[in-house]
Amino acid sequence: MAAAVSFEGITCTFAARAGGPSYTAVKDVTLSVGEGEFVSVVGPTGCGKSTLLNVAAGLLRPSSGTLRVLGEPLAGINRRAGYMFQAEGLMPWRSALANVTAGLEFRGVAREEARRRGEEWLERVGLAGFGDRFPHQLSGGMRKRVALAQMLILDPPILLMDEPFSALDVQTRSLMENELLELWSANRKSVVFITHDLEEAISLSDRVIVLSAGPATHPIGDFPIALPRPRDVAEIRLAPGFIALHDRIWHSMKEEVLKGYAQTRNRVAG
Amino acid sequence: MKRRLWPVQLALLAVIFAAWQVLTQPGLVPPFVWENPDRAAFFFGEPLKMFQAIWAWFADGTIYRHLWVTLEETVLAFLIGSLLGLAFGLWLGLSPAASALLDPYITAMNAMPRVVLAPIFMVWFGLGIWSKVALGVTLVFFIVFFNVYQGVKEVSPVVLNNAVMLGANRKQLLRYVYLPSATSWLFSSLHTSVGMAFVGAVVGEYLGSASGVGYLIQQAEGAFDINTVFAGILVLTAFALVLDFAVGRAERRLLQWRPGQSETEQL
Repeated sequence: MAAAVSFEGITCTFAARAGGPSYTAVKDVTLSVGEGEFVSVVGPTGCGKSTLLNVAAGLLRPSSGTLRVLGEPLAGINRRAGYMFQAEGLMPWRSALANVTAGLEFRGVAREEARRRGEEWLERVGLAGFGDRFPHQLSGGMRKRVALAQMLILDPPILLMDEPFSALDVQTRSLMENELLELWSANRKSVVFITHDLEEAISLSDRVIVLSAGPATHPIGDFPIALPRPRDVAEIRLAPGFIALHDRIWHSMKEEVLKGYAQTRNRVAG
Repeated sequence: MKRRLWPVQLALLAVIFAAWQVLTQPGLVPPFVWENPDRAAFFFGEPLKMFQAIWAWFADGTIYRHLWVTLEETVLAFLIGSLLGLAFGLWLGLSPAASALLDPYITAMNAMPRVVLAPIFMVWFGLGIWSKVALGVTLVFFIVFFNVYQGVKEVSPVVLNNAVMLGANRKQLLRYVYLPSATSWLFSSLHTSVGMAFVGAVVGEYLGSASGVGYLIQQAEGAFDINTVFAGILVLTAFALVLDFAVGRAERRLLQWRPGQSETEQL
């Protein structure tokens, strides 16, 4: 069975501005995400996690290496993937409903049909009756729900999520995490979930991949998470298996996190 | 404490006109600048006579034709200038090569005092409304152009990437992302551009025409009839206020999706 997404020796080097040295964000990354698998990628801040995701989305062409989607090398935008951005990606001039149905509109789905499915998805993410609100009239958590519906309405087999809940408060966040798990378990999609929060990674995933500190980030650990599903993200954190896993993964990350901190500090100082 | 301000504002206006009337009244205030007591009235006019002139205009209906011409010129200049500005702003915003090439020309054209083009337009388009429309267009175009250009440049890259990931092709990006973003900037410059269209129309009329409020002012000035000049200015000012009010209404409708200062509701 071909993996949903596989990185094969991906390296991303960015040309420097104003004659400085070029910057290798990601070096020689090889990893794969199986079909229907929920994989989290954790790593210290600024280590090039988003770069990897942009490569998987086809928004960024790697300097070298191949990205395969369901076995085929990717050229251009990854049409099989939905992408949930860390920052606000909603169109502020469109109502919540119009934002959710945007992808359908781009594909030429009839207006009535799009509207019906849009309402359905709004209801599924708990926003029934909020369709006519503009993004600025919604709270941060509600905007994330709209973004989630916007992505899922197209039913992509692969979900790329870049710290989607990092801007939310703790309560809203665990609510959203549970909702995501529920929607995911309904029809198992392949998920690449980027986060800097190890607890979030463990409680959601089938597998957690740890990245080294940048520059030249590469995977340094790959941990299967054999916790039972269905899970409740708040409860699973108290399970004994969880704590053992957390301990092990944290141990392998710790050094990299400290390295990452030192580099950020040096960059600010220098 | 929410008191209506308009009675106070109206009272202030009345005070200003009353003072004006009193100070220009021949003989009422001892003349300390001019020897001739009629001089003040000659230079500054008398509000009562101005209102009489305005009353006469509206009573016999002559003003409506002129107001209509000025309105027509303003609206046409605004529409044509906005469309051209929108088209060019989108084009240059999306094509770095074209904007690099044309940059010095645009800077030069914008810096040029375009009112001096009025005589040329009069030669090209005659004394009718189109020479005034052309002048208004040159004024409106640059405001809209710069705003739209900025709007295209400042589209959030995340919104753009998001639309790409949702399957938008290049044409759809233009229609669903760039255009709405650019028009929102266009609407936020609505007050300025409508004002400029109005300035173009009136200045054009003033420099040579057979109708319009600017023409009325110019005629009165030729006869040293200062009261009618001021009457024309007052009518223009009132007209500008009405226009601005209408624009404000339109703006509120069109920019509904923008977070306002007070109407934001967090849920």
